[in-house]
Amino acid sequence: MAHIADVTFNLLFDGLAYGMILFIISVGLSVTMGLMGFVNLAHGAFAMAGGFVTVTLVGKLGMPFLPALLLASVVVGAASVPFERLLYRRLYKAGELDQVLMSVGLVLIAGAAFTFVYGPAPQALKLPAALDGPVTVFGQSLSAYRLFMVAVGFLLIAALWFAFERTGVGARVRAAVDNRRMAQSLGIDVDLLFTLTFALGSGLAALGGGLAVDITGLTPAFAVQYLVFFLIVVAVGGLGSLKGAFVAALLLGIIDNAGKYLYPEGGGYFIYAATMLLLLLRPAGLYGRG
Amino acid sequence: MAAADSAVTFLTERHRWHWSEALPWIVAVGCFFVFPGYLAFGAQILIAILFALSLDLILGYAGIVTLGHAAFFGAGAYTAGLLAARLGWSEPLSCLVLGAVAAAALGFVSGWFLLRYAGLTLLMLTLAAAVLLSEFANAQADITGGFDGVTGIEMWPLFGVFNYDLYGHTNYVYALATLFAVFLAARRIVHSPFGQALIGIRENTNRMRAIGSPVHRRLVTVYTISAGMAGIAGALFAETNAFVTLDVLSFQRSAAVLVMLIFGGTGRLYGAFFGAAIYMLLEHNLAKLNPQFWEFGLGAALVLTVLFARRGLLGLVEDFGARFRSAPS
Amino acid sequence: MSGVALQTAGLCKSFGAIQVAVDIDFALESGARHALIGPNGAGKTSFVNLLTGALRPSAGRVMLHGEDVTALDQIARARRGIARTFQINQLFRGLSVLENVCLAVAERIGACGELWRPMGRQRAVIAEAMALLEEVRLAGDAAKPVKQLAYGRQRLVELAIALGQRPKVLLLDEPAAGVPSAESHIILDAVDRLPADIAVLMIEHDMALVFRFAKLVTVMVAGAVLTQGAPDEIAADPRVRAVYLGGAHV
Repeated sequence: MAHIADVTFNLLFDGLAYGMILFIISVGLSVTMGLMGFVNLAHGAFAMAGGFVTVTLVGKLGMPFLPALLLASVVVGAASVPFERLLYRRLYKAGELDQVLMSVGLVLIAGAAFTFVYGPAPQALKLPAALDGPVTVFGQSLSAYRLFMVAVGFLLIAALWFAFERTGVGARVRAAVDNRRMAQSLGIDVDLLFTLTFALGSGLAALGGGLAVDITGLTPAFAVQYLVFFLIVVAVGGLGSLKGAFVAALLLGIIDNAGKYLYPEGGGYFIYAATMLLLLLRPAGLYGRG
Repeated sequence: MAAADSAVTFLTERHRWHWSEALPWIVAVGCFFVFPGYLAFGAQILIAILFALSLDLILGYAGIVTLGHAAFFGAGAYTAGLLAARLGWSEPLSCLVLGAVAAAALGFVSGWFLLRYAGLTLLMLTLAAAVLLSEFANAQADITGGFDGVTGIEMWPLFGVFNYDLYGHTNYVYALATLFAVFLAARRIVHSPFGQALIGIRENTNRMRAIGSPVHRRLVTVYTISAGMAGIAGALFAETNAFVTLDVLSFQRSAAVLVMLIFGGTGRLYGAFFGAAIYMLLEHNLAKLNPQFWEFGLGAALVLTVLFARRGLLGLVEDFGARFRSAPS
Repeated sequence: MSGVALQTAGLCKSFGAIQVAVDIDFALESGARHALIGPNGAGKTSFVNLLTGALRPSAGRVMLHGEDVTALDQIARARRGIARTFQINQLFRGLSVLENVCLAVAERIGACGELWRPMGRQRAVIAEAMALLEEVRLAGDAAKPVKQLAYGRQRLVELAIALGQRPKVLLLDEPAAGVPSAESHIILDAVDRLPADIAVLMIEHDMALVFRFAKLVTVMVAGAVLTQGAPDEIAADPRVRAVYLGGAHV
């Protein structure tokens, strides 16, 4: 009996940690899709970039893990700005198909570029001693790293919630998501808002990517491999909804993790069946509008 | 009134064959004689054209954006492959037909549910459905062979007479004849009043509802037909390659056929010919040389196409032709 | 044919707390020339959407020629003879003018279920569409892609598509909206020439057009019917003037 409780707890905890990564990576996509209405299949490429930059900073330059993570986020977030200005901006008014095609093109370019520089093998990342190994909490032996991830996830949602609900900038973003034209006529610089939000989303994705290296592994195929998952988090959660992305990511993480453990032969497809069912019943997602 | 008459004539004569439509077929037949060493690859190009053609019907004409079209290709491939390898029924034409039927049935059922949605939701649903099917096929490894796939497909001679030689003569002609037959059907459909209604749905779905068009029924119909055609392409793939792996259901395949059609140009049927042929040729030659170079080039070509040549190669040809005609002489 | 073509009884529609239709009893007679006026936000377009089936009511009924069509969707009602035009053009922009109207005619007679024989063989459809274009004086533009036309002429195509449905009830949502005053007469002329047996309801702000066209005017305010009467009665009604805050056009 105690054994089942243990297994369940571990499954939930691992799934939670995995879900946190999905949240951290996908939250940026949810906000930009809700704000710009842009179907960005290349979002995972920014996560991937974050992972690779973190690996290089830690592995080649000997930087400590946490500062490397933060620096990688800032670097990737900043680097995403020219992409937004030069490429994405031109297709804001275009249909889904054009946006899908362009972002697929970007993912291919990213995959090729990273394979060229880093090779196709999975990247190794040495965790700092403080985060490596187990930690005992409430009599349970848990991975310190996963605990760290869960903590980061909660901190992030709290910080984002505060930023969106309690600051002026956040209010402007929410206004623009709700009704772009009205926001513009109120004098809100929507263009600048788009760029900042895009950079923030990409930076967060990079953070998630850096965190993911030790959990999911990192190869140049990462962006394509997890593409469907990021889209599921966003679609199931509802575009532009922080709460939605959080709930959907955690659900997805837990269900996928549990599925793979309980049915290693074929647990992979539960998540897609669940997604389809949910979208058929609630096309706008759990917390989406319209 | 001259202008009115020309408008009427244009409509009544539009479906007539134009001499330039013979060109792709002349080229295809010519390749049989000019490139006898490449017929196996040539058959694969023809299969890709057929697959892209099926997508053009729903994407180019009806405006249905899907990221999961490989599901139907794979359904046809596995049906034909399993019939031949597991059930010992290797008659090529009947396997082709059964592959088409299986894919069409899948298209009908999925379309009936999914085509009630549009935009991002539909995109997600088609993607999820295809991935679901792919994972399901992976899980049923005892039937599908899982990662290793279905091998040992040996088709009986075509019509009981034509054997399959090492050079692929029979397969090439088989693929070409099938492509021609399916193309004829597709051409009929797009020139019919039904085809016109599809364009109307693409251009303004709400107005079509307002004029009383049974939009959902029209969409499910074309989706089913398109799925059947994709199934034919898949079955041909199984029969000519003698093996089927999970890759036939993959997102990569769905994305590739989408890219082929965009490169060629949507909504004109012949875009599929251009796009698929060029994509396959480039992939065959460049991917061998340097896979990263191919992947990078493909991505870059895609971005450039979307930004600057949105109507694809056919669009560029048309623009060039228009400028040529309007230039002072 | 006399009698009531389109009728509502106690029609209500709310979006959460917002009520766009409040207990509307309305009747459109056969052969009517009926105008619906009211300030912005009065719910006129929502009412048309309720009539066509694009919106489902929260309560009440819609009757077409005596048949209760409340449960029917937009497509079913269109097939029973209700046509509408939109305030902002809803055209098939990639197609020619003739093709735009052909679609309406072809769908009406059920020709679009034909997958095999070419559209070119549908001589009757093409001839009827052409005749319609002559009616609205658009025949010269038949071959032009619709997006190349001036806005006023596009508005005529908008009308021609609805006429292609050979409707018994025609709902026009501000047919002259957005048309430069230099071109608006072509719309007005086309509306004048509408067949006498069609019941026509027109939403309009332009009072000159209302006076020219309507035998009966209904005034709608905040989702409810304020009053109804002949145009000159309505123009003289102090409540209507008040609602329009001085009634600039009257």
